[in-house]
Amino acid sequence: MSIEKSRAWRRYRASDWVFQALNYTFAAAVLIACLYPLYYLILVAVSDSAAVNRGEVRLIPVGFTLQYFRDILTMDGMGHAFFISAARTVLGTLITLAFTSMFAYTVTKPALRLRKAFYRLTVFTMYASAGLIPWVVVYTRLGLKNSFLLYILPGAIYPFGMVLIKTYIEQLPDAVEEAARVDGAGYFATYTRIVLPLCLPVLAALAVFTSVGQWNSFQDNFFLVQSEKLRTVQMYLYDILKRAEAAAANARRGDMTMVLTAPPNAFTVKATTAIVTILPILAVYPFLQRFFVKGILLGAVKG
Amino acid sequence: MIDKKRRLHAGQRGLARMLTDGSYSLYIMGFVCFAFVLVFSYLPLAGWILSFFDYMPGYSWENMGFVGLKWFRLAVSQPALPRVLRNTLMMSGMGLLVTPVPVAFAILLSEMRNEGFKRIVQTVTTFPNFIGWIMVYVIFFTLFSPTSGAINQILRSLCLSTVDPIGNERIVWSFQTLLGLWKGMGYSAVVYLATLSGIDPELYDAADVDGAGRFAKMIHIKIPGLYPTFFVLFILNIGNLLNNGFEQYLFFYNGIVAQKIEVLDYYVYQLGIVTANYSLSTAVGMLKSVIGILLLSAANLLSKKARGESVL
Repeated sequence: MSIEKSRAWRRYRASDWVFQALNYTFAAAVLIACLYPLYYLILVAVSDSAAVNRGEVRLIPVGFTLQYFRDILTMDGMGHAFFISAARTVLGTLITLAFTSMFAYTVTKPALRLRKAFYRLTVFTMYASAGLIPWVVVYTRLGLKNSFLLYILPGAIYPFGMVLIKTYIEQLPDAVEEAARVDGAGYFATYTRIVLPLCLPVLAALAVFTSVGQWNSFQDNFFLVQSEKLRTVQMYLYDILKRAEAAAANARRGDMTMVLTAPPNAFTVKATTAIVTILPILAVYPFLQRFFVKGILLGAVKG
Repeated sequence: MIDKKRRLHAGQRGLARMLTDGSYSLYIMGFVCFAFVLVFSYLPLAGWILSFFDYMPGYSWENMGFVGLKWFRLAVSQPALPRVLRNTLMMSGMGLLVTPVPVAFAILLSEMRNEGFKRIVQTVTTFPNFIGWIMVYVIFFTLFSPTSGAINQILRSLCLSTVDPIGNERIVWSFQTLLGLWKGMGYSAVVYLATLSGIDPELYDAADVDGAGRFAKMIHIKIPGLYPTFFVLFILNIGNLLNNGFEQYLFFYNGIVAQKIEVLDYYVYQLGIVTANYSLSTAVGMLKSVIGILLLSAANLLSKKARGESVL
């Protein structure tokens, strides 16, 4: 062997191989632990429900069928819940991106005397909250109960996002903005025409967090919305779970009426609905993962 | 031509200055945005007034009696409180204990040579972070079902006894902590990995020259490199000692584990929504918020003493 090659191989001692083997094995175990639960849910949703109840489903579908998906997509209210969730995700994300970025921009401008106060007071809301009942009572007084605006307005300023964007803007070179100001552009014009386009990477990261947050949002629906017309998929799934629990509780007491009228494939209904709820995130996720990793890098965690 | 908007006359102050140098648009933008924060985050604080009255929904303010600190006295003397506090602190404590786990995982990942596999692991382990708790519940409820779930089927085929972690009151705290780890470890690890990638590569070369092996590099370069980020997150977790979150405990709550899973956030919900005791719930919530802020300040002070810099 040449001298260089033997030197290179000398780096890979036996202990190195052992470490790498252990490392990869451990990582694979973590991978399986993260994947299998979700994979199993998919299996349950596409397998024959009798087989599921008998416990035959482990690694592959048993009696593969898409019938249950067809069933729940025609289930009462499912399509509408999906529409509501999609609508709030799109609109809510747009509103949040618009206002949070605008706020972050204004906070970086020394000309705004109150910027320190604005910033500190906004960041403070990340650490303290008014509490559940005050939140419910005040929001009801504001007229947000049973209103679609509840889903998209309160999140308009996203403090964590504001911190990210602010840090990013501060790292932009001054020259571009100076040029715009010299040309006579006002602050708002500078924001919309120059700064905003430059912020696209961090905005993309923010869009990921915000849309996922909107899609997974549950408590606003749970506490403040009773109308079925404004039900999100999360709440829909919760209602299915509650109905199943109530049916089981009644059956234990000897009352079989709910069990007889409820769908017989209890697991499958839950699993399928859950899959439909996760599906959008699942579908879009690998592509979005790039953005939020970048966003974290750009926003730079303190320290 | 001189931009008229920019010319500042000597002696102009405040409003006049603002109108002439164009910064008024900045103030408009700022106030509009801050209005959201005021209305949606600070206005609810007005609800704290409920804890000083015998609040009943629908009654006008004159008919409700001002009762001073009655509800607070009741709050601290609730028989359920010690148990709830115990649950809350146990969960938070265990959460604090597992804070180093993502750090270790990130370091192990960084030692991987195969970039492709590394990226796959990153992508897959981060995904649970984006699943809402209700879906986490359905996933694990199905997986661990005593009769038909895969886990118990496999255990049975190995002649081992079946498990039911969701209905097991002895392992509630560990199981919920593990669930939190399942959900959050990948994501935290990515943050740490990002920090690791920012370490000057020359440090590693210098360590090579000094004859440092893999573990020496870990101890002397990687861990010190991650420590600032870890410390910040740890301090923030201490500040959040009383805030365990709500959804996780709402979905995993059942009669068997009730005694151990009821945390402060769930208790506030129980009082306020389930039993409709608005005033008592508000009082408990207020105490929780105030103590939380004190905890955060204390943790911040700790940080200043230990590392000389503030976390906030």
